Amino acid sequence: MLDTEIKVTPELAAEHGLTVEEFARIQKILGREPNFTELGIFSVMWSEHCSYKSSKVHLRRLPTRGPQVLQGPGENAGVVDIGDGLAAAFKMESHNHPSYVEPFQGAATGVGGILRDIFTMGARPIAVLDSLRFGPISSNVSGANALGGVDDETIARNRRIVDGVVRGIAHYGNCFGVPTVGGEVQFEPGYSANPLVNVLALGIAKKEDLFFAKARGVGNPVIYVGAKTGRDGIHGASLLASAEFTEESQQKRPNVQVGDPFMEKLLLEACLEAMQTGAVVAIQDMGAAGLTSSSCEMASRGGLGIEIELDRVPQREPGMTPYEMMLSESQERMLLVAERGREAEVLKVFAKWGLDAVEIGRVTEDGLVRVLHHAKVTAEIPAHALAEEGPVYQRSLAPPAPVAHGRLVEFAASGTDLTENFRALLASPAIASKRWIWEQYDYMVRTNTLEAPGAGDAAVVRIKGTKRALALAADGNGRWCRLDPFIGAQLAVAEAARNVACSGAKPMAATNCLNFGSPEKPEVMWQFSRAIDGIAEACTVLEIPITGGNVSFYNETLGRSIDPTPVLGVLGMIEDASRALGMAFRAEGDGILLLDGHAAAAGAPENVAKEFSSSEYARTIRGIEAGAPPAVNLAAEKRLIALLVALAGDDKLQSAHDVSDGGVAVTLAESCFASNGLSVRASLTSKEPDEAALFGERGARAIVSVTPENLAAVRRIAAQYEVAAVEVGRVARGEFRIELNGRTVVSAEVPSLADAWNGAFGRLLS
Amino acid sequence: MKFGVVVFPGSNCDHDAYYALGNVLHQPVEFLWHQSEQLNGFDAILLPGGFSYGDYLRTGAIARFSPVMRAVEKFARGGGFVLGVCNGFQILCEAGLLPGVLQRNAGMRFVCKQVHIRVETADTPFTAAAKPGQVLQMPIAHGDGNYFCDQATLADLEQNHQIVFRYTTPDGREDAAANPNGSLANIAGVCNRDRNVMGLMPHPERAVEAAIGSADGLVIFRSLIESLTRRAVVSA
Repeated sequence: MLDTEIKVTPELAAEHGLTVEEFARIQKILGREPNFTELGIFSVMWSEHCSYKSSKVHLRRLPTRGPQVLQGPGENAGVVDIGDGLAAAFKMESHNHPSYVEPFQGAATGVGGILRDIFTMGARPIAVLDSLRFGPISSNVSGANALGGVDDETIARNRRIVDGVVRGIAHYGNCFGVPTVGGEVQFEPGYSANPLVNVLALGIAKKEDLFFAKARGVGNPVIYVGAKTGRDGIHGASLLASAEFTEESQQKRPNVQVGDPFMEKLLLEACLEAMQTGAVVAIQDMGAAGLTSSSCEMASRGGLGIEIELDRVPQREPGMTPYEMMLSESQERMLLVAERGREAEVLKVFAKWGLDAVEIGRVTEDGLVRVLHHAKVTAEIPAHALAEEGPVYQRSLAPPAPVAHGRLVEFAASGTDLTENFRALLASPAIASKRWIWEQYDYMVRTNTLEAPGAGDAAVVRIKGTKRALALAADGNGRWCRLDPFIGAQLAVAEAARNVACSGAKPMAATNCLNFGSPEKPEVMWQFSRAIDGIAEACTVLEIPITGGNVSFYNETLGRSIDPTPVLGVLGMIEDASRALGMAFRAEGDGILLLDGHAAAAGAPENVAKEFSSSEYARTIRGIEAGAPPAVNLAAEKRLIALLVALAGDDKLQSAHDVSDGGVAVTLAESCFASNGLSVRASLTSKEPDEAALFGERGARAIVSVTPENLAAVRRIAAQYEVAAVEVGRVARGEFRIELNGRTVVSAEVPSLADAWNGAFGRLLS
Repeated sequence: MKFGVVVFPGSNCDHDAYYALGNVLHQPVEFLWHQSEQLNGFDAILLPGGFSYGDYLRTGAIARFSPVMRAVEKFARGGGFVLGVCNGFQILCEAGLLPGVLQRNAGMRFVCKQVHIRVETADTPFTAAAKPGQVLQMPIAHGDGNYFCDQATLADLEQNHQIVFRYTTPDGREDAAANPNGSLANIAGVCNRDRNVMGLMPHPERAVEAAIGSADGLVIFRSLIESLTRRAVVSA
């Protein structure tokens, strides 16, 4: 049956995910019944994924401005001024559902999509980070059954997903030639049936070379470039990304796009070269909703219209209908507007790179997106109404029913030897070395990587031709956000900023990827709203504007939502690249200081057990996930960040590593593992129970090492910043030993600890 | 003296090679588009790493048929110096300018890490400034770096001292643990019989500054520059 013969009914609209009200709104905008193609176009543009209809009212609360911000939310990527006439474009996006349906291609095209967003702005991608969440890959967490139990089949499937996602990211990034320099990964049962793949990309451009997706010039040609259009990915945005999963979701495999990183590499080089001709007016990638979104967004932003002739679109197979062509999410395609009369200059560049480039339409002044097929108009929709006047929902919010607080951790007796628990903690997937993952990524191509994965708290890439370097870190903790989305989201901001500061960089802007369940559930919307409030407050206090990001709703399968998982990516600047800091201890005899931004030590004793019960130690060793996230103190975080940046800039530190998962003990161990065979003799004093003192995860703290000559100066500067600087030990050789209140609680040889930490991943996944 | 860095569609270490030669070593260097058919005026050609033609069919299998490779073959036959790094090595093997093939890594995964390689011979234009037995640290980043050839070829390579680099431990011991990809006899790089064409899987252009992890790759470029200078003096 031809598209034109398909009768549009309210039932068909409902099948497209459109509500009765939305359908009525479409009829009103058009002043008539939509045809089948138009219905498809509206359904993708007004899908949650493309329209942000449930999140818009909340996202407005985020701080987005600052003198460094050149472009805030609303473009393909956020852009900040990084000096020397340069700009950095960066953004994070999710590709969660496709990565569950088809892990390899889902993750690969996730990388491809965000890279296009960056080079669409005229910026060359220079780094990628990934935030990944999977279900458990190991059953040997003590008390795993207490956490709901995970059967062997699920574990085996989770491992396959990890393997596929990692291979997919490697496949795309390595071939494209962008270094994958860092990221983070966590494992929780809630992600078994809904893994998260969030990809952050960073690019650099000269400020005057930035491009925007805004059509100009009536009569200017609209040019299609890149891969041919096929039937893949149809309704990816609306059916995969904007609906929850059921048992039939595996049947949605045809909705997952297939990536070709080689094609994307050609597209990158050709686009950047074409932009240099000066003949390109505007450009937009064809990502979600493909030809539909790229044409209507460019037209809408320019206050103009666009007319395209589908017969001219390069097609992979014959007989595609207008509906299929407009909704295809075939990868590696771009739509650009060129200056009339200079088309040849643009077409010549694409021909050089062996890419299809075809004039398929023109900019019009009537404000309509008009689609022609076989010389007949098959769709005609006001661009602005389609792109900007979609539904906006103020969905109802309701806090989830209070969960029984759960059993809290009962602390071991003071003075107990904690070495074996420590060793088990080091081998837990959340804490163990992720080398198995990042060695599959080319993290050095482009020769800018100063701090490779595992070397520092943040990835650091230099900017050739300048003295500067950029640092990037991504963080998020779904467990904490489940227990308290407001505090959990604040901690995500604080940890990412702290990580950036530990590399010596001053945090300057952030992007976010907000992964939540169904927005149609009031308790999910409540979590979302609370998380936004938390991010807004933390970013305001820490002066880190949000320049863009992505919302991913409907992360649920068979009615079960994932833990609310806002992931924050923070970008920071190092004025002198030679001052970039790693986490590795550098020399025997250096002093080790615990920097603590809190004015007074520790919280009230009654809160210690509650906060400790949400720690990685509580989960891994005791099988407990309860209580509350550690209390957040943004003023303390701000003081610590300022101090770290000042000390690093003044070359006063040998290493810096923030205290996070696994507490002070794990932080010390990781600085040893990253070093050249060094160890630690530490002596702590604390009024907290031993386990909380060693493994507690309260924020605003970092472990730094300092040469003996600089110790006094560092203490003095810390006092100026009102940050406590407590000497906790010395960098040593031989045994790794921690004394607490005068008693040895952890002692082991570094190689034996390192083996537990280093080998865990390979043992589980190879 | 002028270096040429070939750009195939999909090359992605071309900029890094250009930067190492031009910005770090201050040598005249130009990109050479894969459709270039002559190499007049160039003194040494570098085939960079990457995924030429998407590595479709087999690594290097399509690149060897590109117009520039006909010119490179002619250039090599005339005694010109040709260095292939990573994908460039794979292309040289496919083109028959170097013996052997590069198979999938033994672990069947892409591997990116710092490795150590031992200089097996200083009798090449690419290692003339190095000492035999010297151990260099350099990164690898490849999925197909598992060098293989038949026993007769291996015997030939040994006899003619064509094995230029082997993977070793940092202190120069050749053992299985030091071999990152399953390469036969720990081979990391080989040259042709005339010694003017060399390929290796590790990336010397990523090891030209301590800030990015190692400066040990410089010895290869310096050897090449010295060799070219010497040749220029001799022919003058």
